Amino acid sequence: MSERPVELEVLRYNPETDREPRFQRYSISCPEEWVVLDALNHVKETVDPTLSYRWSCHMAVCGSCGMMVDGEPKLACKTFLRDYPGVIRVEPLAHFPIERDLVTVIDDFMAKLARVKPYLIPKEPAPQDAEYRQTPAELKKFKQFTLCINCMLCYAACPEYGLIPEYIGPAALALAHRYNQDSRDGGRAIRQEEIAAYEGVWECSFVGACSDVCPEHVDPAGAIQQVKIKSTVDWYKKHLMPWTKE
Amino acid sequence: MAISNKPIVWGPFAAGGTITAFLTPVLVLLTLLAALGHVPDLLAYDRLHALAGHWLAKLAIAGTVFLSLWSTAHRLRITCYDLGVRADTLVATIVYAGALAGTAASVVYLMRI
Amino acid sequence: MSRKPYVRPMTSEWILRHSRYVRYMLREFSCLFIGGWTLMLVWGLKQLAEGPAAWAAFLQWLTSPASIVLHLLTLGFASYHSVTWFNLTPKALPLQIGEEFLPDGAIAGAHFAAWAVLSFAILFLAGAF
Repeated sequence: MSERPVELEVLRYNPETDREPRFQRYSISCPEEWVVLDALNHVKETVDPTLSYRWSCHMAVCGSCGMMVDGEPKLACKTFLRDYPGVIRVEPLAHFPIERDLVTVIDDFMAKLARVKPYLIPKEPAPQDAEYRQTPAELKKFKQFTLCINCMLCYAACPEYGLIPEYIGPAALALAHRYNQDSRDGGRAIRQEEIAAYEGVWECSFVGACSDVCPEHVDPAGAIQQVKIKSTVDWYKKHLMPWTKE
Repeated sequence: MAISNKPIVWGPFAAGGTITAFLTPVLVLLTLLAALGHVPDLLAYDRLHALAGHWLAKLAIAGTVFLSLWSTAHRLRITCYDLGVRADTLVATIVYAGALAGTAASVVYLMRI
Repeated sequence: MSRKPYVRPMTSEWILRHSRYVRYMLREFSCLFIGGWTLMLVWGLKQLAEGPAAWAAFLQWLTSPASIVLHLLTLGFASYHSVTWFNLTPKALPLQIGEEFLPDGAIAGAHFAAWAVLSFAILFLAGAF
């Protein structure tokens, strides 16, 4: 187990004392196989206990440790130090206000997530004393979009979210799509009020950065385009052929 | 939040993006060949005039012009916003009006053929 | 503990933050050339309607150096639009056959094949070779 010297350039911000963020350099020695999160923990334990950041599972399932590493949105627990030969710049996730150090204010995302109603709104009640039946094909239709861990890397990558704060954003839209695609669900009309609104899918310009950085390969960009196409077809059917049922 | 009427502008944009993806490169190649001195047979006055005289061709040409200009307009609008221009309604009006003007012009010229 | 969240300003430098954003901007800028060429087409229609002399003048303008440069740029950018559009199509229009989804490459590949066939057909019918 060999060690190597690591230089971290971390963005610090103390709301009680600082007017604006500033970088702080930490020079430490780390085992070869460590990830950025290990390095941050080492700094906090042995060098600077005031460093604040979110983390939990250390295995890329909880979505807590999202941050910018050399300008790219990454999960700190899944970003290996050995892939960064020089000074490693660590900043809070882009496009979110900074609460303190690497901790961002995520209230906006939490509110938007709630707005799209990311839960099953059953088409019909479950059969008495039995479960909902669903074929493998029906499951496959939405399975990919269930993998979202709400890490918000996609929001940090999306320039439209950075430019248009009202934009609902990739993860929330992908999760709405996940339920719309679920054969047990009957809540599409309700969700359309949110996701087919201006701040919904229509602010997306298919940059595709969200899907690029997603650690779980959810492909929110794909989900959003699928919603756009379906919403467009619905709109033209409704306005050009109002006699047809949805 | 109400369901947006964005599909009015997005539908033609998507159609235009698809049409230009399939057609524009080869059509540009035709005029490029003419530019380099190898005028394709179809671009000779008599043949092109005869083709464009047919009402079906006029419809196809006008439709292609409209969808191409509209998808250009829509992308320009988005790009302006991406570059920090905040006056979206103004930009949208200008670009879509431009696309419609170009389409109207093509229809007028096609009618004269 | 008092809160004072800091909002980082968003400038246009995001475009240079990663190559994917540069490529996105190039893709978006392709519309300028596609639109510009289409407007040239509209002007060509005008010349065509005015008669053989006007049309000859149009063909003559096509041979100018400016026209050739613009054509080459447009061919490049229009092709880039086509390539990016076809590669993104499977994301927007996934096709589920049975249980599995058709691989992205199959859907994109079908579009590229159709693009090639259509282009050759048009070149042939137009007497380009």
